[in-house]
Amino acid sequence: MTGVADVRLVDVTKRFEDVTAVDRLSLEIEHGSFFALLGPSGCGKTTTLRMIGGFEQPTEGQIYLGSTEVSGLPSYKRDVNTVFQSYALFPHLSVFENVAFGLRRQGVRGATLTGQVNEILRLVGLEGMEKRKPRQLSGGQQQRVAVARALVNKPKVLLLDEPLGALDLKLRKQMQLELKGIQHDIGITFVHVTHDQEEAMTMADQIAVMQRGRIEQLGTPSELYETPSTAFVAGFLGVSNLIPGTVSGPDSVRLRSGPEVRVRPDALAGRTGEVAVGIRPEKIELGQGQANSLDGTVVEEAYVGVSTQYIVETGCGLLTVYRQNASPGLNGAAPGQRLTLSWSPESTFVVDSLEGSE
Amino acid sequence: MSSATMAERRPLENTLARVWALIKHHVLTVYSLLAFVYLMLPIGVVIAFSFNNPKGRFNYVWSGFTLDNWKNWDGVPGLRSAMVLSLEIAFLASLIAAALGMLIALALVRYGFRGRGATNLLIFLPLSSPEIVLGASLLTLFLNLKVVFGFWTILIAHVMFCISFAVVTIKARLIGFDRHLEEAAMDLGANEWATFRKVTLPLIAPAILAALLLCFAISIDDFVVTYFNAGPRTTFPLFVWGAARIGAPPQVNVIGTVIFGVAVIGMVANVLVQMRRERAAAAA
Repeated sequence: MTGVADVRLVDVTKRFEDVTAVDRLSLEIEHGSFFALLGPSGCGKTTTLRMIGGFEQPTEGQIYLGSTEVSGLPSYKRDVNTVFQSYALFPHLSVFENVAFGLRRQGVRGATLTGQVNEILRLVGLEGMEKRKPRQLSGGQQQRVAVARALVNKPKVLLLDEPLGALDLKLRKQMQLELKGIQHDIGITFVHVTHDQEEAMTMADQIAVMQRGRIEQLGTPSELYETPSTAFVAGFLGVSNLIPGTVSGPDSVRLRSGPEVRVRPDALAGRTGEVAVGIRPEKIELGQGQANSLDGTVVEEAYVGVSTQYIVETGCGLLTVYRQNASPGLNGAAPGQRLTLSWSPESTFVVDSLEGSE
Repeated sequence: MSSATMAERRPLENTLARVWALIKHHVLTVYSLLAFVYLMLPIGVVIAFSFNNPKGRFNYVWSGFTLDNWKNWDGVPGLRSAMVLSLEIAFLASLIAAALGMLIALALVRYGFRGRGATNLLIFLPLSSPEIVLGASLLTLFLNLKVVFGFWTILIAHVMFCISFAVVTIKARLIGFDRHLEEAAMDLGANEWATFRKVTLPLIAPAILAALLLCFAISIDDFVVTYFNAGPRTTFPLFVWGAARIGAPPQVNVIGTVIFGVAVIGMVANVLVQMRRERAAAAA
């Protein structure tokens, strides 16, 4: 990382009466990155965002924007802008005035103001809509106004609080790519809160998976997907098969009531004793051919187009297997059929023992 | 029942059936019309008798059309000053009550504070207790404090009972208010005062206007509380009451008609504005 992080949280805790929403959270967000806070509702992600925005003040800890400490400052003294979940467009003002609101507060007037507002409206594809009122716009257009209204102030960091939640699926996919494009074009840091793992993976360079007010794991989308470090992350991002076992060597785990399997050399990361081994369903092959294998019986088969999903009963419990339908008429397995499942050590990750967690 | 045996009675039956169908079809219309007449008849009489040319002191019998009452609307001694006083009081009382009511409503909706529950309850007291009790207790209070009765006691009394209406009206609007709008304003660099001026106030303005009108209407026709606390001063309702004992002049009807007219014009204007807005929203 070069220079100072755009956003830095140091041991930030937020308590609401006796509920701890955010628990000693530390975080650095690099300049120019698209950072996602991902987690289920109530995990503290929105509270974290609101503390960065200045709508909540931390109970303990410090928040820095660049090298300036901002904890304690109200939101109007912070160089960040927010796109709210409900958009929070001012219903009594036109699109132009909504976007001009922040600039007017800074004392920008006249042709400069008009120029900047029109430029940002062009960027989000809303030219010609200046005179409309927010209620005369569609959901997607309102969303663009909210983005334009925040970006026109050229903040150090843009905060997005589940901004796509209210849109239908198709529009949401489109806006995900558009936002990513805008971020790429203007190069400022985006911090994005979402509970949708697919959205986070599509848009973000870095994802912090949160649970119970703490960061469970932080990394790039592929790091989180390929090598989740906890059972929660493995289950929250995509589907995982988790099999309990005991560490039996530097890169091997003996499955409970099953054979010994090899894992990624770095997967154990010093763990000993009880652990759980994880394999993504698409990384398991029907048939032998890989180093790790288990015998089982097909219980269910479901054809879903791009792939066929199987539930296979093995000595270590039920495993989910996806097989890509790469060419038409591929013969898979039928329910009741006995077969061998195999997978490579490289696609085998290890998380802490399932006991004591969800 | 075979149709052949009833052949000769059929025309009558048909007529009855048709009448019954007609009644069934129009019963709601007729009922609404009757209810409307019941409501409007007294007002109609007031308006009609503002054009009466009464013989003697009492304006209770129709005795000819004239415009004299309208031309000499203040031809009765004391009427003009009573009207002016009522307007002054109503204007000031509604302004003060709406301003205080807005602040109370903001406090009640936005903040948790000690005594919030009690305040909520107290706000409803003037709405629920009989006016005679309010008037009499206020009189006792003023007497104990040795306050000189007159303009200020009337104003204080009116502000007192108007505040409750203002709070209730403005509170309703604030409860549906999206707090994110204020957060958005502050996020965009507006401090607390700018946020209030640019976002909160414009959005609750309709409720404040409604509170102003409501308070004005309640204040201008208040009799009971005013009667206790007016001292030597006479508001329009007190004037009418006094005049009615010795013979009501038709000018009272003129003023009544004007007040009614203003209210109707205001309502029609409101409906027109609403219709225009809806059409604009539908067109978009």
